[in-house]
Amino acid sequence: MRWRFLARRLLMLIVSLLVASFVIFGALYLAPGNPITALSGGRALPPASLRVLEARYHLNQPFFAQYWYWLENALHGNLGISITLQENVSSVIAARMWTTGGLVLFASLIILVFGIGSGVIAALRPGLADTSVLVSTSISAALPSFVAAIVLITVFSVKLGWFPALGNGTGFWSSVRHFTLPAIALAISSVAIVARVTRAAVREEADREHVQTAISRGIPMRQIVRRHILRNAAIPITTVSGITIASLIAVAAVVETAFSLNGLGAYLVQAAESKDLAVVQGISLVLVTAFVVINAVVDVLYAVLDPRVALGSRAQ
Amino acid sequence: MSTAVGVPSGRVQARTRSGSLGVLRSTGFAGIASAVVIAVATVLAVFGPLVAPYNPDLPSLGQAFIGPAGGHLLGFDFEGRDVLSRLLAGAQSSMIGPLAVVVGAMVLGTLIAVVAAWRQGPADTVISSGLDILFAFPGILLAVLAAAIFGAGLTAASVALAIAYMPYVARVLRGAALRERGQPYVAALEVQGASGTSICLRHIIPNMLPLIVAQATIMFGWAMVDLAAISFLGLGVQPPTPNWGVMISENEPGILQGYPLPALAAGLCIVGVVIAFNVLGERLFEQAQRVSR
Repeated sequence: MRWRFLARRLLMLIVSLLVASFVIFGALYLAPGNPITALSGGRALPPASLRVLEARYHLNQPFFAQYWYWLENALHGNLGISITLQENVSSVIAARMWTTGGLVLFASLIILVFGIGSGVIAALRPGLADTSVLVSTSISAALPSFVAAIVLITVFSVKLGWFPALGNGTGFWSSVRHFTLPAIALAISSVAIVARVTRAAVREEADREHVQTAISRGIPMRQIVRRHILRNAAIPITTVSGITIASLIAVAAVVETAFSLNGLGAYLVQAAESKDLAVVQGISLVLVTAFVVINAVVDVLYAVLDPRVALGSRAQ
Repeated sequence: MSTAVGVPSGRVQARTRSGSLGVLRSTGFAGIASAVVIAVATVLAVFGPLVAPYNPDLPSLGQAFIGPAGGHLLGFDFEGRDVLSRLLAGAQSSMIGPLAVVVGAMVLGTLIAVVAAWRQGPADTVISSGLDILFAFPGILLAVLAAAIFGAGLTAASVALAIAYMPYVARVLRGAALRERGQPYVAALEVQGASGTSICLRHIIPNMLPLIVAQATIMFGWAMVDLAAISFLGLGVQPPTPNWGVMISENEPGILQGYPLPALAAGLCIVGVVIAFNVLGERLFEQAQRVSR
């Protein structure tokens, strides 16, 4: 049964990726503007060279054939050439991937540590701790990343001078310093969401009969929290953490732009402005793939944590 | 669950009788305060340009980044335009986009959810898998793609976001519609020969209305954040049109020069309105679930 669930999820993942790639290619195929004009830089070309170009880029072939060539090339790591940079899209992506990856990873760490941490504390310590977590999360849940970015830059770079405001930094520790504020800006609203779900889940589990029984039997509280409460509360916490972390991949574009980081998202936005369609296609494909894969991993984790999901997959 | 339809219990009936004002009153202080904020923002969205004390589009470069002085309560922006006037006039472009997104996503999502729940079987399977695949596109990414194809602008961004939000609406409402479909009154109407379309439009959708309104309220907050982010990126509302997201990006240089007021003021407007929509939406959601139980 568990294998059936995994196989079904894998199939769905592949179908999602195929449809996504088709939409990305198809949408930009329909975009106004002629690829030949872009290639020639607007100059009028003799018919012979037009034909050569059309043949080289398969422009004389039907739509589905063109999609197939594009997909085949993409799978081999060849995403075409950036018109503005005159460089391979895949090498542009490779150079910028670590900025986005590092940023999302840093933000995920913040979300997991502070989101789950404050949620557990709020659930287990009613009163001041709970109230302050509730109030601060209802504000920060509504804090868009770019507003968080300007507040953080104002306070911590301009007023206090603790962190640099812009740029990537060189070397590991300098990068960590440069990425701290962007990661916080990216994470802050997700921390609030994860904290709230954690609080609700832990509180629900703590009220269960088996937990009350364990308390009355005199089992140490620390052990009850770890074995009986957190183990069961882990299911909703994992789901919401996974979904929010996956959603960071797109929002990273906003934070990268606000802090002038040279990541994938910031470059995607520039490419969209300058209509560098090969870059838009390539980066969109990479970001959607990352998003879909993370979501699939979360679903599988969910099934591992809660065996009922895999067993009940047919009934649903 | 039967309380929501056929024979409502006294409490539920009292609530439905007292109408939308009664619903609002029962959301508590936070709910009412949020509704007031939303009402103010809505009024400004309509009359903002008229209320603005100065011309929001008139630059005077000599006054760039000058602080509050003589009748200019929030000072001047990077081109020396009155910040307060730009905030008031900017309410329009900041509110109309999310409204379009929410209306589009809710109409599409509700229709798809009801069709899936009514037909069930293969149609439901196809729709549900289609929705799962649509989840592959984060809203902001779809909006950037739309900008690359159709050019930057509020329309393209709003359409893209409406499509990206639709599956969330459909997933929540499909569950509610399925529950409604299983009610005895639906079977009774079918026996009386009512058509599927009329049962859906006259009975199922009206009964889901509290949930639809709650969902729309929460979604308005999301749409506001995402559209402001897209305008901040330069792919949404185009300057010099006043807009809260655009105001943050165009006044960003001021932050590094030690004059953050214009950018922060615009940020505060966004956050305030979004908090109001989130809080009111959550209260309405709790209430919709309480009633349907």
